[in-house]
Amino acid sequence: MNLNILQYAEKPIRWLLIIISIVALLRGHNYPGGGFIGGLLAGLAIVFQSLAYDVETVRKKMKLSPQSFIGIGLAIAAISLLPSIIGGAELMQAYWVKLQITESYVLKLGTPLIFDIGIFFSVIGIVLMFIFNLSK
Amino acid sequence: MINVLVLILLLSLSLLFFKGTLKKQMANVIAVFQAGLFAYIAYLYLNNGNIQESFDWISALNLSFVFNLDGISFIFSMLITGIGALVFIYARYYMKKYERTTPFYIYLTLFSGAMLGIVFSGNLIQLFVFWELTSVLSFLLITFFHEKERARKAAFQGLFITLMGGLAMLGGIILIGSVVDSYNIHDWTQNADAIKNSELYTAGLILILVGIFTKSAQFPFHFWLPGAMEAPTPVSSFLHSATMVKAGFFLLLRLHPSLGGTPEWFYILSTAGAITMFIGVYFAILRTEIKSVLAYTTINALGVLTLLMGIDTFLSVKAAILFLIIHAFYKATLFMVAGVIDKSTGTKLFANLGGLRKEMPLVFIFTLLATLSMAGLPPMLGFLGKELIYEAKINIPEASNFILIIGVASNILLVAVSVLFTYKIFIKKPAHKVEIKSKPNINGLIGPGILVILSLIFGLFPQLLGGNIINDALSNVFENYTPVKLKLWHGFNTVFFLSLFTVIAGFIVALLIIKFEKITFYWNKFNERILLFRFTDVFVKAIDSFVSISRKKDKIVQHGYHRYYLLSIFLLTSVLLWSQFFETRSWIFNIDNDKNSFYILIVIVITILASILAMFSNKRLATIAILGVSGYGIALIYLYYSAVDLAITQILVETVVVVLFVIVLQKLPRFAKLSNWKIKVRDLAIALIFGTVMGLLALKATEVNFDSSLYDFYSENSYLQGFGKNVVNVILVDFRGLDTFGEVIVLAIAALGVSVLLSKPKKKKV
Repeated sequence: MNLNILQYAEKPIRWLLIIISIVALLRGHNYPGGGFIGGLLAGLAIVFQSLAYDVETVRKKMKLSPQSFIGIGLAIAAISLLPSIIGGAELMQAYWVKLQITESYVLKLGTPLIFDIGIFFSVIGIVLMFIFNLSK
Repeated sequence: MINVLVLILLLSLSLLFFKGTLKKQMANVIAVFQAGLFAYIAYLYLNNGNIQESFDWISALNLSFVFNLDGISFIFSMLITGIGALVFIYARYYMKKYERTTPFYIYLTLFSGAMLGIVFSGNLIQLFVFWELTSVLSFLLITFFHEKERARKAAFQGLFITLMGGLAMLGGIILIGSVVDSYNIHDWTQNADAIKNSELYTAGLILILVGIFTKSAQFPFHFWLPGAMEAPTPVSSFLHSATMVKAGFFLLLRLHPSLGGTPEWFYILSTAGAITMFIGVYFAILRTEIKSVLAYTTINALGVLTLLMGIDTFLSVKAAILFLIIHAFYKATLFMVAGVIDKSTGTKLFANLGGLRKEMPLVFIFTLLATLSMAGLPPMLGFLGKELIYEAKINIPEASNFILIIGVASNILLVAVSVLFTYKIFIKKPAHKVEIKSKPNINGLIGPGILVILSLIFGLFPQLLGGNIINDALSNVFENYTPVKLKLWHGFNTVFFLSLFTVIAGFIVALLIIKFEKITFYWNKFNERILLFRFTDVFVKAIDSFVSISRKKDKIVQHGYHRYYLLSIFLLTSVLLWSQFFETRSWIFNIDNDKNSFYILIVIVITILASILAMFSNKRLATIAILGVSGYGIALIYLYYSAVDLAITQILVETVVVVLFVIVLQKLPRFAKLSNWKIKVRDLAIALIFGTVMGLLALKATEVNFDSSLYDFYSENSYLQGFGKNVVNVILVDFRGLDTFGEVIVLAIAALGVSVLLSKPKKKKV
């Protein structure tokens, strides 16, 4: 399959999808979105790329294998458990840092966000793994 | 106690990293370590007396790790670590020429740890775990020479029998545990009367005894032990003297206060013990291989221990504990000696041996003293043991004559076995000149030397043992006991004359066998007759038929056709759900029509239409597109009922699936029509049955009054505690984060599985 139009449009659309996926990931705590949805979106971006070229090319272009995505994701998720273990709280008890950005806006960063990022990466890896393997 | 076990675990793991000289001296390092443990435990016990440690394990089941050090576990842990140290020193000599010694030493170290775990356990579930560990580790040790088929078979047999017994024992522990609602040995002892009066007592006792009998090689489970001779000799020496087979006896001592003292206990134990005692020594006498003789005499000794526990008097338990120590000493010695002879002459067969007393005087002396102890002659410790055993057997309240006769008979044979053992190796003129290939070094002689000397010292000065050590152990078995004093000389009493008779008769039997070889010949013929029924054969047959039955079962249940798996799952689920619907007659549904509007109705109709169309489409691309329509339709329905996250996820998953299909599409063969109309009708019927029932279930689910407090909790706290306005997300990553973590791991494993399944074997690439 060699579709020139798709190949031409693929790059901006892919980056758009990735940006959207990151937005979805970050807004997840307050609005629809989150690590799982974000991960699926980012996975779709790469799936889209493989539609434009073919799977083998994309697989070679990727710097990280699907396995590494999964591994990194699970590792990040596991790291988010560490504060609760070290702090002696119940497992997965969330820890938060509040940053006063402006007078009215407080940015809250916490372990659930790290956990969600971990989910994000693992889901990307899982989607890629399915696509890459099924197309063999 | 836990620190001892943790140390053993750490040591055995660190053995992996030993290099160079350290690797060469590995056995000595472990020996020093074991000696250290020996000193540490002795120091702990002699300074503090009984110690108990406990840690929470599964509090919901009222389980905790309990480790205790009392009189009984003290004796056992001394034997395990003490003989363990000597065995490792000896292994340095014996294992020198073999490869793969690192895993061997790791298993052996772990094995000693598992044994210590058993004797320290104050909780029966925990004890069971260590108990099974010893089975598995002994399997690994017996298969050290795994290139030999006999070794593999023997190890498998041992593993199978001990694991089977272990399972039975677990059942028994749970049965009796349910009576007192605890698995703590202490609680069992406290509620001994309740246990013995409950109707579960007999069943529980029998199950636990099956476990003990398999481990301790009691009749009719004795046959795995001689097979286990295939293990390297240091292992045999350790397994037979201080560990493995003695675990059963340990458990008998431990459970005596809670389960003992009933007619059932007496009859089962003394019958099994008496039979085992006799057949052990009976088959030992004509064996032609050194290690094999020793294995059968171990069976005899284990029978003696069980019998004494069965007799269940104060005297008999005292004799049993003493005999445990005696046997550990002489059996470890004799096995080490057997290994030395094997290494020096290259043979284990009596026929090729003889006259070694001049070449190996030291080994000769060790063997002589150890066999004296085995035969129960003064001045060795064995003499005391035999006297005590006779005394106990004379004083049995009931059925004493039978047990006494069989006891004397087997002791006569044991004397003969001991005499023959020494005679055939060291005194008899060899048929051919025995070549000494290599002299044993110091490592090979330290172990037997120390044990023999100890056996002699304790025999001459029995107070050293009797004073505290045995009394302490007895106090853990009996509530009221009178302290015992051990003496070498009891005076001219009945017991003495019995002993004298035994020894003389034993020597006569040995002489007869030596002088008249014909006796041996006919005796062997006779044995072949009675051995037509062999337990090992029965075992092999049982295993074979088990395998063939399960193969037949597999053909029916595990056929490997995905469609039939699905079929059976769907059918079974439908049957169960439908029968539940009929049972409860729940036909009436309250469908709340207020929220349903005209628009959603259109979406639903489109979705249904799409799925019907998908059935009839015969082009792949069209089918995929239509399935996509129904998937997006469902997403719209989610969206309509304000499940935004769910809808987005559904849309994305749907997209991924469609794209996936498109990518795969080019590589698939044409849409073939493989099914005829019969199959189609069948599939349609099943689909309708299953689909309807799932639909009904979904409708039913809205009716169930779910607990709204959960809903309120999440909506209230997600912003206050989780700092998020999206309740779904807060639940996913915070409140129930661990669940999400688990799910992602499951997904990752599924993805790995897919990649393994789909990766072609490299060879087939053309």
